[in-house]
Amino acid sequence: MRRVLLPILSVLLLLALWQGAAWMVGGRLLPGPLAVADALVREAERGALFHHMGITLLRVLAAFALAMSIGVGLGVPMGRSATLDRLFGPWLVFFLNLPALVVIVLAYVWFGLTEAAAIGAVAVNKIPNTVVLVRAGARSIDEGLVEMARVYRLTPAERLRHVLLPQLTPTIAAAARSGLALIWKIVLVVELLGRSDGVGFQINLLFQMFDVAGILAYTVAFVAVVQLLEYGILQPVERHCLRWRRLPADA
Amino acid sequence: MEALRGLTIAAAAGEVVALVGPSGCGKTTALGIVAGLDHDFDGSVTVGPRPDGGAARLGYVFQEPRLLPWRTVRQNLALALPRPQRKGPAVDAMLAALDLTALADRFPTQLSLGMARRVALARAFVVEPDLLLMDEPFVSLDEPTALKLRALLVGLLDRRPATVLLVTHNLREALALADRLLLLAPSPGRVVAEVPVAIPRADRDDAAIEALRGALLARPEPAFRLLA
Repeated sequence: MRRVLLPILSVLLLLALWQGAAWMVGGRLLPGPLAVADALVREAERGALFHHMGITLLRVLAAFALAMSIGVGLGVPMGRSATLDRLFGPWLVFFLNLPALVVIVLAYVWFGLTEAAAIGAVAVNKIPNTVVLVRAGARSIDEGLVEMARVYRLTPAERLRHVLLPQLTPTIAAAARSGLALIWKIVLVVELLGRSDGVGFQINLLFQMFDVAGILAYTVAFVAVVQLLEYGILQPVERHCLRWRRLPADA
Repeated sequence: MEALRGLTIAAAAGEVVALVGPSGCGKTTALGIVAGLDHDFDGSVTVGPRPDGGAARLGYVFQEPRLLPWRTVRQNLALALPRPQRKGPAVDAMLAALDLTALADRFPTQLSLGMARRVALARAFVVEPDLLLMDEPFVSLDEPTALKLRALLVGLLDRRPATVLLVTHNLREALALADRLLLLAPSPGRVVAEVPVAIPRADRDDAAIEALRGALLARPEPAFRLLA
């Protein structure tokens, strides 16, 4: 009971605080939850909400897929080979400290205001972080199982699928979770700077019209969508991959 | 650090050779070299071709079962086979032979150590190995379970002989299973004595093994003092 009740109470408390602050500040500067809900319905009715959210979501998913596959592809070899790690470790430090804004601006300057430049810039911001997490996971691989795979002549692809990736599942899940949270925030920035649709573009428009209710409406909607991805996709997939851990010992 | 020096091991096809010695005498290192897992050595390893001319197949029973915890017992066996044979009858036949059919869909985390070792044994035999390397395969089991697994191993070897290198520090185990014992001394690891076991494996009951063991321990040469 407490497991369901407390989170609900927590959300209600946040809404109450918001409403209280809205009453104190008043007006267009900080609209209350009801005004934001109103703006949400308005944007939904004229179709803008779904159009921009859909576009942004596609960009998030594309950048996410790119960042995760490249991050895992670089992180596993770097964690498994000391030579590769020493060779490319300094690059990693450089890219980890590269500000997101610099990457985005340079991508637009070099590749134009294109979809590929936007998605690529977002992915580049997330890749170093994924590499660091996956590299740490790959360093703690069970060498005994790797030896077993070599003795029984599993192909490199089979070793990856049956020996390495299952051990990396918790790491990859953690990277995916933090990645999703980071990526959607950066996608809004690339949209603000160089796209003519998406939630980031829309927020810029609403900013120029000083429509705080509209800005909060898009924010709340997108946070909800990202949470839906987390609980609807990421967590079930992770649970499926780790199901062997929860089985009772009975033999 | 030098783990082994001047170590020569020769085994005839179908022969079971036990490497016996105290811990730290490089027994596991020797197996790793034979298996091709360890390349940091000077010397050579030659594994003869199969009678049909193909490359020799290798089975390895490690000191720990080393099963993939996220794959079922059946999948663990299947993955040891070349891809075309995985769906064939070999896996289920081997599971049946070792009385593991009921556990085929379990995950290794659900198995006792004795059962996990039995699965590791099944995995080594399902590939129909020409050379079988065993590294303390029955260590840290209670004696009845170890006895049962040793009997299973003898049965498997009777049905399908393989050349076996068995590493153990348990003299009784070596005398129960091997055709020949190589006694190793540590730092650096080397062979200090060779002991053939003339009695057929099937005739080696407890009394026979005790008699062999007593005779070895009574030998005056220094090599045999390491056994005590």
